[in-house]
Amino acid sequence: MNKHLLSAADLSAGDITRVLDTAAHLAKVTDRAIKKVPTLRGRTVCNLFFEDSTRTRISFELAAKRLSADVINFSAKGSSVSKGESLKDTAITLEAMGVDAIVMRHGASGAPWRLAEWVEAVVVNAGDGTHEHPTQALLDLYTMRQRFPSFDGLKVAIVGDVLHSRVARSNVLALTTMGAEVTLVAPPTLLPARVETWGVAVSYDLDAVLPKQDVVMMLRVQLERQRAGFFPSLREYARLYGLDGRRLDAMADHAIVMHPGPMNRGVEIAAEVADSIERSVIADQVANGISVRMALLYLLLGGPEVAT
Amino acid sequence: MKLLLKGGRLVDPATRHDGTADVLVDDGRVAGVGTGLDTAGAEVVDCDGLVVCPGLVDLHAHLREPGREDAETIETGSRAAALGGYTAVCPMPNTDPVADNAGVVEMVAARGREVGLADLFPVGAVTVGQRGAELAELGAMARSAARVDCFSDDGLPIREARLLRLALEYTRAFDAVVADHAQDASLTDGAQMHEGEVSAMLGLAGWPAAAEDMVVARDLLLAELTGGRLHLCHVSTGGAVELVRAAKARGVRVTAEAAPHHFTLTDEAARSYDPVFKVNPPLREKADVEAVRLGLADGTIDAVATDHAPHAREDKEVEWGSAPPGMLGLETALAVTLTELVEPGYLDLATAVERLTAGPARCRRVGGHGGPVAPGAPANLAVLDPAAAWTVDRARLASRARNTPFHGRELRGRVVHTILRGAFTVRDGRALR
Ligand SMILES: [Zn+2]
Ligand SMILES: [Zn+2]
Repeated sequence: MNKHLLSAADLSAGDITRVLDTAAHLAKVTDRAIKKVPTLRGRTVCNLFFEDSTRTRISFELAAKRLSADVINFSAKGSSVSKGESLKDTAITLEAMGVDAIVMRHGASGAPWRLAEWVEAVVVNAGDGTHEHPTQALLDLYTMRQRFPSFDGLKVAIVGDVLHSRVARSNVLALTTMGAEVTLVAPPTLLPARVETWGVAVSYDLDAVLPKQDVVMMLRVQLERQRAGFFPSLREYARLYGLDGRRLDAMADHAIVMHPGPMNRGVEIAAEVADSIERSVIADQVANGISVRMALLYLLLGGPEVAT
Repeated sequence: MKLLLKGGRLVDPATRHDGTADVLVDDGRVAGVGTGLDTAGAEVVDCDGLVVCPGLVDLHAHLREPGREDAETIETGSRAAALGGYTAVCPMPNTDPVADNAGVVEMVAARGREVGLADLFPVGAVTVGQRGAELAELGAMARSAARVDCFSDDGLPIREARLLRLALEYTRAFDAVVADHAQDASLTDGAQMHEGEVSAMLGLAGWPAAAEDMVVARDLLLAELTGGRLHLCHVSTGGAVELVRAAKARGVRVTAEAAPHHFTLTDEAARSYDPVFKVNPPLREKADVEAVRLGLADGTIDAVATDHAPHAREDKEVEWGSAPPGMLGLETALAVTLTELVEPGYLDLATAVERLTAGPARCRRVGGHGGPVAPGAPANLAVLDPAAAWTVDRARLASRARNTPFHGRELRGRVVHTILRGAFTVRDGRALR
């Protein structure tokens, strides 16, 4: 594995398998009465969040703490960053504090690449702008692997605002690396330029795609996209690209529904679908996030090899 | 002071001279060209193996004074220009305050004369404050001591077709040029780089080539309608090159420039997320680079212009999305042109020199620059070693800023001497001031 985790593109099939295997092993820790191992004792992990995401931050924080690392939460809100301190200054400060790993969420695509140039610490991309969110992709793959024996030929549809979705980019990269067959479904205005070069299938018709899928991953729609004119109305969007009970019935019996959260119930996903006990693995995704992030910190910070 | 540039290869596009000739300089002017000159009392400068040509002319530079002297000043920018072989530079008006009146353009020209390292021919703003609402006092700037004959809102496009039409018509009264930065703002809102495969992967909002092509097409139609003189800044797309080629063929009064980074680098450079590669218009694709090269080769594009855009370090050492667009150019343009266009055979040396001297001089009236190298003409000259290899080191640039996209690149072609009205501004590769 590379020194940092910046992009899902940096992970080989072997790397991904290693992360998922390690996560499966570490998941057992979570089942113990005392949910903690001493592996990263004496190491310091900084959660550097320039953008609010309580869910992702808590997931990383728990992961680090279960490995006994010291955790600093550095939120840009109310800190000197909002007074104009630059990312570079922040990097220098964290470096001086001897931080071993920096988990970074930033509103600008590519910000973790800049940070990695300025620090010695390991950098983990926890979401950068409209670019990538590689740990989300890994936890998504982990969740899929709990249900399916292999990624080879696994049919995954990613539905919604692919253009602005870091989850979609990272998932496309990780899933195609593992041999899955990805179909992107969205109105053309929410697909990136030259998406045909991504090695995936593309469709504008959710109903045509749904029955063939093993996994249907719904993306969050942001309300400001409608105001920016990417689609005419939320109602029309929900009608064309929302996953409701009727569409759920059209899916194969074994197929699962995923969502990176937070959900807009009634827009991209109906409440009955989100809460469907047989089909929805959305709660599993959240739980698995901790194990996968433990595995990553463990592997990147050079913990001893785990027997798997 | 008398100088004899002896034994060099004189390349003068204005007289179509290309061959060994001595050049005698006396009292700031060319006194003779050829052999058998009266060289009594002249200091002899050995030019054996070197190219002697007119001093280079840059149609498009941002010198940042007044307003952002921490990024560049007229002095540091002029020094960079001299080291790049330039004797004439046209500073763009997007300063603070904007050069939209006679006072500011006169100040810039006067400060240039005071520094004395290059002649500055300021570009005036087309609209008041470059706000795109009403015409600036174009006539007053034209009749000022700075004698402005080129107007541009560069940095920004002229959004409204009606205003561009008025500018093209109004400037006919003093035969000035209107230079447009072709960009349809409604298609580039929030854009961070060229729209294509790379922008999609990087999650950066794209600036589609069509946003340039559309405005170029509009501008050409308005030039045709008004009979005004149009100049297109930094042409970067294959589509724009094609439109200009067709317009020239039907006699539209249009000239065009291309920047060295647009004929050498592609959007692939953005994969580093290093904002040193962020520029407007953005680095495009291979096919566009090729089209710009061919446009320069066949004369569709008249000039190499640097779009020299210095930025302070703290402004570029940030996330890509927060960085201002722009790159340095004055010190590397010649070497990049020789390395990337002449060596692979797109242009011969004489044509490359033309695109850097007489070509830009033709786009506007930069009196006494760009040749001819003939008796009586001002001695604005450059002496080049076209074979000398050097590696760009941003730490050693004369520019106050460091944002060169060519850092670490080995280039061929070095400026040995630059001569402004008979006096060295650069001698043996060193600026004299
Ligand atoms: Zn411009
Ligand atoms: Zn410019």
